[in-house]
Amino acid sequence: MNKDIYTKPFFLTNPITVLVLGICSSLAVTVQLKGALVMALSVTIVTACSSLILSLLRNTIPNRVRIIVQLVVVAMFVILIDQFLQAFAYDTSKMLSVYIGLIITNCIIMGRIEAFALGNKPWPSFVDGACNGLGYGMILIIVAFFRELLGSGTLFGFQVIPASWYMENGGWYMNNGLMILPPMALILLGCVVWIQRSIQKELQEK
Amino acid sequence: MEYLNLFIKSIFVDNMIFAFFLGMCSFLAVSKNVKTAAGLGLAVIFVLGITLPLNYLLYEYILKPGALAWLNPSYASVDLSFLSYIVFIATIATFTQIVEMAVEKFAPGLYNSLGIFLPLIAVNCAILGGSLFMKERAYETLGEAFTFGLGSGVGWFLAIVCMAAIREKLAYSKIPAGLKGLGISFIITGLMGIAFMSFMGIQL
Repeated sequence: MNKDIYTKPFFLTNPITVLVLGICSSLAVTVQLKGALVMALSVTIVTACSSLILSLLRNTIPNRVRIIVQLVVVAMFVILIDQFLQAFAYDTSKMLSVYIGLIITNCIIMGRIEAFALGNKPWPSFVDGACNGLGYGMILIIVAFFRELLGSGTLFGFQVIPASWYMENGGWYMNNGLMILPPMALILLGCVVWIQRSIQKELQEK
Repeated sequence: MEYLNLFIKSIFVDNMIFAFFLGMCSFLAVSKNVKTAAGLGLAVIFVLGITLPLNYLLYEYILKPGALAWLNPSYASVDLSFLSYIVFIATIATFTQIVEMAVEKFAPGLYNSLGIFLPLIAVNCAILGGSLFMKERAYETLGEAFTFGLGSGVGWFLAIVCMAAIREKLAYSKIPAGLKGLGISFIITGLMGIAFMSFMGIQL
């Protein structure tokens, strides 16, 4: 098994910034770091486990019905995660609302299953799924870091920007309310893509 | 009047793309020219308009806590709502499959222009998202579910057609090398999202 499986999903074939998969769920959960972290972990677990299971089943599934089989396996893991979160982290589960359910249609999972798991042995498929999930999580956390820091002045809910800086306490600082709004996630992500492509010039589009 | 309000609200205020980022993957991938974008948009309106009422009925009469009481009063304590993800996605996948086969059989012309998008729609988050929002916001009647589905579809259609039109023009402009393609599309979508936010708070 070569090293590419571990490193590529983070930069050269990052699911979000290069392959453009799984954008849907990635943006709405980035208002706070906590939500982004939970989402990143959930997606990593679902991608890794469903890649593993489908790789084990790859020689027994008839080609014509494979999409349904994939959806059922993925949906099963998502239900497990959803029930787990509702039981142990109810607030987070409420905050993420429908986006946990939407992991089912997250294109990263289907993409990795179709492109990798159905043609490879179980263990490499598991690693590939996990690394892609983490590569996705990395971008999520970068975006969430800036949105939470600039939008609410907190990180993981802890106040980072000193309270005495704020206008209402006689300082000069004010939170940027725009950061909390949905469109800023897209603009920040655009900037992340821009920075990455300026460094890795081979990714630039003509 | 309530239906009209809900319809307008789901098109502009709760726009699937600009407010919830649903269906973003196909939105970015298929918005390179207006004609294909419109084709996919129409398919999404159609599938959302049908699967939402279907899933509403399934949820209301089978999955909801106590929903099975119409079968036998002793089932009133049964709660199957944890199964809703799997039931919703199965409905959507089956429905798109059926529609694809029907269109291929009865309208080959339409199939050639639309057909390739139908399988794509099964994994379009906007469709599953519509059903999950319907459950989350607890729409009360079949009519509401249908109106919401139709409205969200129209909103999605509007967004992808606008985006495709902008991207067609964009081909002629000078953009920094690193921003070309994906980067600028994200930023444009963000700016359009800010524009759509001006509809917030509209009530009929």
